[in-house]
Amino acid sequence: MSVVAPPLRVYVSRDASALALGAEATARAIEVVARERGIAIDLVRTGSRGLFWLEPLVEVEVVAGGTATRVGYGPVAANEVAGLFDAGFGNAGAHPARVGAIESLDWFARQDRLCFARVGTTDPLSVADYVAHGGYRGLHNALAMDGAGIVAAVTASGLRGRGGAAFPTGIKWKTVLDAPTSADGAGSPTKYVVCNADEGDSGTFSDRMLMEGDPLCLVEGMTIAGFAVGATQGYIYLRSEYPHARRALEAAIANAYAAGWLGADIRGSGRRFDLEVRLGAGAYICGEETALLESLEGKRGQVRFKPPLPAIKGLFGRPTVVNNVISLASVPLILDRGADYYRDYGVGRSRGTLPIQLAGNLKRTGLVEKAFGTTLRELLYDYGGGSYSGRPIRAVQVGGPLGAYLPESQFDTPLDYEAFAAIGAMLGHGGIVAFDDGVDMLEQARYAMAFCAVESCGKCTPCRIGSTRGVEVLERIGAGIERAKNLALLDDLCETMRHGSLCALGGLTPDPVASALRHFGEDFAPSRGKV
Amino acid sequence: MGDTPQPPHDPSPHDGDMTLGQRAAVDAVLALHRARPGALLPILHGIQDALGWVPPAALPTVARALDLGRAEVHGVVSFYHHFRNTPPGRHVVRLCRAEACQALGARALEAHALRTLGVDWHGTSADGAVTLEPAYCLGNCGCGPSLLVDEDELHARVTPAAFDALVAGMRR
Repeated sequence: MSVVAPPLRVYVSRDASALALGAEATARAIEVVARERGIAIDLVRTGSRGLFWLEPLVEVEVVAGGTATRVGYGPVAANEVAGLFDAGFGNAGAHPARVGAIESLDWFARQDRLCFARVGTTDPLSVADYVAHGGYRGLHNALAMDGAGIVAAVTASGLRGRGGAAFPTGIKWKTVLDAPTSADGAGSPTKYVVCNADEGDSGTFSDRMLMEGDPLCLVEGMTIAGFAVGATQGYIYLRSEYPHARRALEAAIANAYAAGWLGADIRGSGRRFDLEVRLGAGAYICGEETALLESLEGKRGQVRFKPPLPAIKGLFGRPTVVNNVISLASVPLILDRGADYYRDYGVGRSRGTLPIQLAGNLKRTGLVEKAFGTTLRELLYDYGGGSYSGRPIRAVQVGGPLGAYLPESQFDTPLDYEAFAAIGAMLGHGGIVAFDDGVDMLEQARYAMAFCAVESCGKCTPCRIGSTRGVEVLERIGAGIERAKNLALLDDLCETMRHGSLCALGGLTPDPVASALRHFGEDFAPSRGKV
Repeated sequence: MGDTPQPPHDPSPHDGDMTLGQRAAVDAVLALHRARPGALLPILHGIQDALGWVPPAALPTVARALDLGRAEVHGVVSFYHHFRNTPPGRHVVRLCRAEACQALGARALEAHALRTLGVDWHGTSADGAVTLEPAYCLGNCGCGPSLLVDEDELHARVTPAAFDALVAGMRR
């Protein structure tokens, strides 16, 4: 009688970027080859570890001396899968694509994976897997606390909004907790928790990776937020450009309901929290919280005047917590490990970790979660490996389309909200986009204005009209028409937009424009028009 | 005698302009979503998912179901880039135009795509195979240039040659 060997456990990502790089075909090939060779496998589809140059990454569980470790091979195209079996990858066999344990790679080992601890290692849709890897411990603790206690823990952690504005999360929650529930005289106790998953900044994908790779972490964070402020309904406002995240979230939410982690009586506590996903419809402005709320109400995504703050009068006029995905997904850990544990990471007033996204023209792009304080240079060269094209990195845009363009002389700036503000830049949602020396900075400045023109909600004039005028002025400068006069006009226009716009779209579009002009003036030089 | 009075010309669409199939799809979507708070976006998504576009002729029905003015509904549909008021081609390609993709050659890819398809943005190739739409970030910023096919299939590191191969597949 022979002992049946346990199936070979193989992990392949189902993250959108991994799929775009061929992970689905690789996963299919693994199933086909295993079947042909009569090898039993257990193929687990995970999120991505965030090392995109290794995707499609194949990890295999190797058991030695009773301990299971994972050995990675990557990138593995579908037509290389047979070779992987030939090399005996089930026993960590040698192969040109073998990279060893991902945790031991320098790129990974030097990170501080708090929020992204599970992403890439677990089955994102499995509640059992989530719980087995530390999930729902934070909520378990929260169930024993009152709202004020939860808010105090989040406040003490130093967590600030990761969507870009960096407003202290605990203070926002306290405002909603303390908001009178019957201000309208109707006595309605309704409050809402809204997750801003409208991750529209170019160069950012951490929300997407978290939602695809560990959606239950967001579900748990939102449930805790609901308990903290006294809300029983949550909405995830997800951009329509993220179909993979939508599928992951909807499946995870259904599984959480089935397991009693959402609904009328969460795990027998008598506490209620309901959650649903709502789709945006391709409007960048809906990442602005008041425009998002309008959109959720079924209206045009136009920015509201503030005050009143959404915390007082938000969705359907009720007190509402609006937080970014990463802010909410950081909460379970804070409730699990304690506020001090989280606050001990970071520098100055920037506490905890930031999931940094390396994007654009870099060799090793992906997700680097680090405590605040790393320099841009370290991220671009040590992690990023320099440019993808092999040419010098000339400019870096941090913080999305409204972020400043930085020249090499500023690459030693540490990633810290205040340090970036001090050089007229912003960290935003932590996206870093590198450009090589082929970039035309006047063209980038023109694009910033053009993007604002396309995405303006139209409510205020500086943004709606100013952006179109900005495109025209930059085109005249590019063509060498009345250069001095148009540069003065551009400066004036930027001032008007900065101070006269209702929200950050019009208010910050001048930043990429002015920084391009300030640091890369040669691209705006008179010689340009004569070429 | 003889001339019967003509009704004033009204270019705006009427419910009667919907095909039976469209009407059935719109009614099904309304039945599913109309009672939800903030129902308009889920309804418009439902209609576009079912039909590929949001026919202007459907708007009066939607407005009536939600007790809104037709202009209000039109205002919402036209605000959001995602919703189409004309039918798309057999496939929709959404090409990312944002900065991270620009840093990897998206501007050249855009020019190539517009030229080879012979369209402007939102246009459909003459053979009806491909509608080209701009996207401002698909969240694949580490592996651009990026495009999304039929709201589902994401492609990374798209070169002009890879684009041509993809389009050739859609034309078959």
